[in-house]
Amino acid sequence: MAAKVHVAATINGEPVEFLCEPRQSLLEVLRDELKLTGSKEGCNNGNCGACSVILDGLLVDACIVLGAEIDGCTVETIEGLMGSEGLHPLQQTFLENAALQCGICTPGFIMAGKALLEKNPQASEGDIRHWCAGNLCRCTGYDKIVRAILDAEPQLEVKK
Amino acid sequence: MNPTQTMDPAKTEVEQKYKVIGTRPIRHDGVDKVTGRAVYGADVQLPGMLHGKVLRSPHAHANIKSINTAKAEALYGVKAVMTAADFPDAGSRTANLGELGEVPLKPMCDNVMASDKAVYHGHAVAAVAATSPHIAEEALGLIEVEYEVLPPVMDVLKAMDEDSPLVHEDLYTDELGEKSSKPSNVASHTRHVKGDLSQGFAAADHVLEREYRCATVHQGYIEPHAATAMWNPDGYVTMWVTTQGAFTVRTSVHQILDIPVSKLKVIPTEIGGGFGGKIPVYGEPVAAVLSRKAGRPVKVVMDRTEVFQATGPTSGSYVKLKMGVTSEGRITAAETMLAYEAGGYPGSIVALGGICMFAPYNIDNTTIDMYDVVVNKPKTAAYRAPGAPNSEFAVECMLDEFCEMLGLDPMEIRLLNGAKEGDIQSHGIPHPRIGCIETTEAARDCEHYQTPLEGPNRGRGVASGYWVNAGLTSSVTARLNGDGTVTLQEGSTDIGGTRTSIAMQLAEVLGIPVEDVVPSVADTDSVGYTEVTGGSRVTFATGWAAYNAGQAIKSQLIEQAADIWKVDKDQVSLADGVIATTNGNSRSMTIKELAADLSQKGIDVGSRETVTPQNHGGAYATHVVDVEVDPDTGKVTILRYTAVQDAGRAIHPSYVEGQMQGGVVQGIGWALNEEYFYNEDGLLMNSSFLDYRMPTSLDLPMIETIIVEVPNPGHPYGVRGVGEVPIVPPQAAVSNAIARAVGVRLGDLPMSPQTVVKALSAKS
Repeated sequence: MAAKVHVAATINGEPVEFLCEPRQSLLEVLRDELKLTGSKEGCNNGNCGACSVILDGLLVDACIVLGAEIDGCTVETIEGLMGSEGLHPLQQTFLENAALQCGICTPGFIMAGKALLEKNPQASEGDIRHWCAGNLCRCTGYDKIVRAILDAEPQLEVKK
Repeated sequence: MNPTQTMDPAKTEVEQKYKVIGTRPIRHDGVDKVTGRAVYGADVQLPGMLHGKVLRSPHAHANIKSINTAKAEALYGVKAVMTAADFPDAGSRTANLGELGEVPLKPMCDNVMASDKAVYHGHAVAAVAATSPHIAEEALGLIEVEYEVLPPVMDVLKAMDEDSPLVHEDLYTDELGEKSSKPSNVASHTRHVKGDLSQGFAAADHVLEREYRCATVHQGYIEPHAATAMWNPDGYVTMWVTTQGAFTVRTSVHQILDIPVSKLKVIPTEIGGGFGGKIPVYGEPVAAVLSRKAGRPVKVVMDRTEVFQATGPTSGSYVKLKMGVTSEGRITAAETMLAYEAGGYPGSIVALGGICMFAPYNIDNTTIDMYDVVVNKPKTAAYRAPGAPNSEFAVECMLDEFCEMLGLDPMEIRLLNGAKEGDIQSHGIPHPRIGCIETTEAARDCEHYQTPLEGPNRGRGVASGYWVNAGLTSSVTARLNGDGTVTLQEGSTDIGGTRTSIAMQLAEVLGIPVEDVVPSVADTDSVGYTEVTGGSRVTFATGWAAYNAGQAIKSQLIEQAADIWKVDKDQVSLADGVIATTNGNSRSMTIKELAADLSQKGIDVGSRETVTPQNHGGAYATHVVDVEVDPDTGKVTILRYTAVQDAGRAIHPSYVEGQMQGGVVQGIGWALNEEYFYNEDGLLMNSSFLDYRMPTSLDLPMIETIIVEVPNPGHPYGVRGVGEVPIVPPQAAVSNAIARAVGVRLGDLPMSPQTVVKALSAKS
C-alpha cells in the first residue's frame, strides 16, 4: 500500500486537512474520511451525478476526482449549502415542488442547480435540461426537478 | 411548458369535505433529504466496522468444482472470508416473500451465494470482510475458484426447446398442475380460459396474429444495495438495510441463516429507490455471516456493475397474441401465449402478466397460456407493475393496428370495449368499481388529445394500462403527546413521500394540521408486522392503519372529555381539533388543551393498529404521446406526453403526479433505449449507467398529468394505489405513435434508433 498523502483544502468554507491513500477518490474521502455522507455513490464512474460537488467553482463528479488532487482547492458539498439563515432557496423550492421521491439523487441535483444558476441566473427549461443531463433521477421523470430549479431563480435574484 | 392539472368533477364538494386530504404539504423527511442528512444504506458507519465485498462468477453457467480461500484469508487486513458452505443447509424449507408469495428456500439461498453451480454472470460465489473496501477487493483476487464452464441458455424461446441445455438438471415442469417426467427449463405452464375461443373468432370480422418481445430491463434505482450487520456473541443480530420491507428482510435472513426471528432486528435506512428490486435479499445474509465470523460489524455495499449483473432485472419476454374484432371494433376473442424469463431460478411474474393483460377490456372469450422459464440471467425481481407492461404492450399495440385498419379513433375503441364494475376478468374474478371509462373519457377530452398534431414524421400514440394493486398487512403505532401532536410510527419504508401521505390520513380524522403529526419509519422491534413497500399499497393500506389509529385516538379523547365534563360520551364530538359537547351546554376544549391535561395526569392516549385490507381495487391509466422520428438516424423524440390516471382519491396530489411522471419516464426508457446486452458467452456487456441508457432530463419534455378520482369503495377515503400503473402504457403509446409517424409497427422492445432505421429500410 502506498504511503498516505497529506492534503489541505477548503471544504464548505472551513480549512480542512486529511490523509488519504493515493487511490482514494474525492467521494471516498468526503464520505469515509470526513464523514460528509451527503454526497452519494450511484455509479462510481461519473455517469449518474449523485456525487456532484463544486470544485473551485466547477461542477464535478467527486467519484472521478482523486482526493489527493484537491490540495489547495475549494470544495462545496451539500452539507455546506444551508446557512445560519436556513435552507438555500434551491433546497426550499425542491421541497415545495415535491421534486424528490426517494431523495438519493437530490444532493447532486441541488449542487448541479447551484452551479448552473451561478453561471446562468436566468436559465430556461431547455438550459436546465441540458445542464442536468449529467444527473440521473429514476423516480421523478425530472418534471418537478426542472420546475424547482426554475422556481429558485427569482429567489436567488432577490437574495443578491 | 404546460401546467399540471387535476380533473375532479366533485372538487368543490371534496374541498369542503376534507381539510388535509388533497392538500400539498411539505414532506416531513424533506429537510433531511435536501440537506444530505438523511441516512441511506451506504451511509451507515459503526465503530470497528469492516467492509465486505463479494466475488462473482465470470461465467454465465458453470459448475463450481472447488473454492480455495487460503491466500485471501492470509492478506493483511482481511478479517473473514465466506462461501455458501457457511450457510446452514436449506433442506426443503420455504420462505414467504409477501407480495411474491411462498417460495422454496434452497434457490433463494443459492441466489444469495452459489453452492454448486453459478447460473448467471455475476452470481455471488464468495465474500470477504476487511478493514477497507480496497483491501477486501484485493482479497477477492486471491480467491481461487475452479469452474467447469457449461453452455449458457439466454433466450426464452430457445430455453423452451426440447434439446436446450438445462439451467437446472432437477427442474421439472409443473404442467397445468401435473409434474412432467423430463427435466426442462420451463418451470411451470398455467392457463386461464374464459368463454369459447372458436365462437369468439367466428364472430370476428378481422383477426390479427402477432409476436411481441421485451428485452430484459433493470429497475435502475440510483442507490446500490447496501446492508450492514452486527452479530453479537449472545446471538442477537442487528441489521441496517436499504430495503422495501424490513420485515421481509427479517424473514428472509431468519430463514436463510436459520436463526430465531426474535434475535434479529432490522433497522430500515432511507431507501434510494427500489421499484420492486429491493424486496429480495442479496448482501444481507452475507454481511451477517461475515460479521459472525469476524466478530465485528460488516457493511456490504454493491457497486453499479454488481447491481446490473446480479440483482433483479425484470423478465425479458415473448408474447404471441391473436385477437378478433368486429368491423365496429368490438373485441370478440383473444388468445395469447406468454413466455417470461425467470432468470437463474424459477419465479418470474408471468402470472400477473396474464391477469392484467386483458383487464382494461370486457372480452367474452379469452385463453391465456403462461410459461415461467429459467435462463442464465440474474433471478428476476419485481419491477413496477411486474409482468404487466410485457403483456399489455401486445394488446395495446394490436388495438391500435385494428384502429388504423378500421378507421376507428383509439379512444373510442377503448370506450367501446372498456371494462366496468361487475365485468368478469379473464381469470374469472369480477371487476370491483373501477375508473376505466372515466379515465379514458378524460384522456379523450383533454387539451392535448383535442389539439391536432402537425408536421412531417410526427405521430400521436394512445395506450391504456391496468394494474391489480395490492392490500396486504400494514401496521402503525400512534401516540398523543402532551402538546397535542401525534407521534406516528409506520411499518412501511418511505420510498417516495409516504410518511406524509400516511400522516395526512390520521391528521384528517382528528382535524389537526399534518405538521402536528410526526411520522417515522420504525424498525422491526418497534411496530407491528408490515409487508413490503410495493404493490402500490402503502398509502392505501398503511394509510388505512393510520386512519384507524386516528379513530382510536378520537374515541379515547371523547371518552376522557366526557369523563372530565361528567357527561355521556355520546354527547361529545371531535371536529377540527376541538372537542365539544353536543348537548347544548357548549363546553369545549382543543385537543392541545386536553392532551396537556391528560399528560399531567399520566393518562396515555394512543393506539397500535394492524390492517389487512382486501378491496384495493385496480388502477387504470390512459396515456397520449406525440413523437417525432428522425428517418435518417432512427432517433425518436418525445414531443409531448400526457398521463391520465384514476387515483381513487389523491391524498397528496403532488406525489400522485410524481408517481405518474416517474412511471411514464421509466416506461419511455423501456420503450426506446433500455436493454441488457449479453454476448454469445452469456456475459453482460453493458453493466454501467453509460451503456445501460436510462432517460436523462435532456431526453424528455414536461410530463403532463391529469388525475381522475373515482373513489375506491374499499377504502375510507377512496384511495387506490397509484405507483405502478403509469409504467404500463408508455411502451405501446410510443410504438403506436411511431407507427402513426412513419408507418412502421414495432413489436420488439426497445425501439432503439437502430431498430427504427432497420424497420424503415425494410419498409422502403
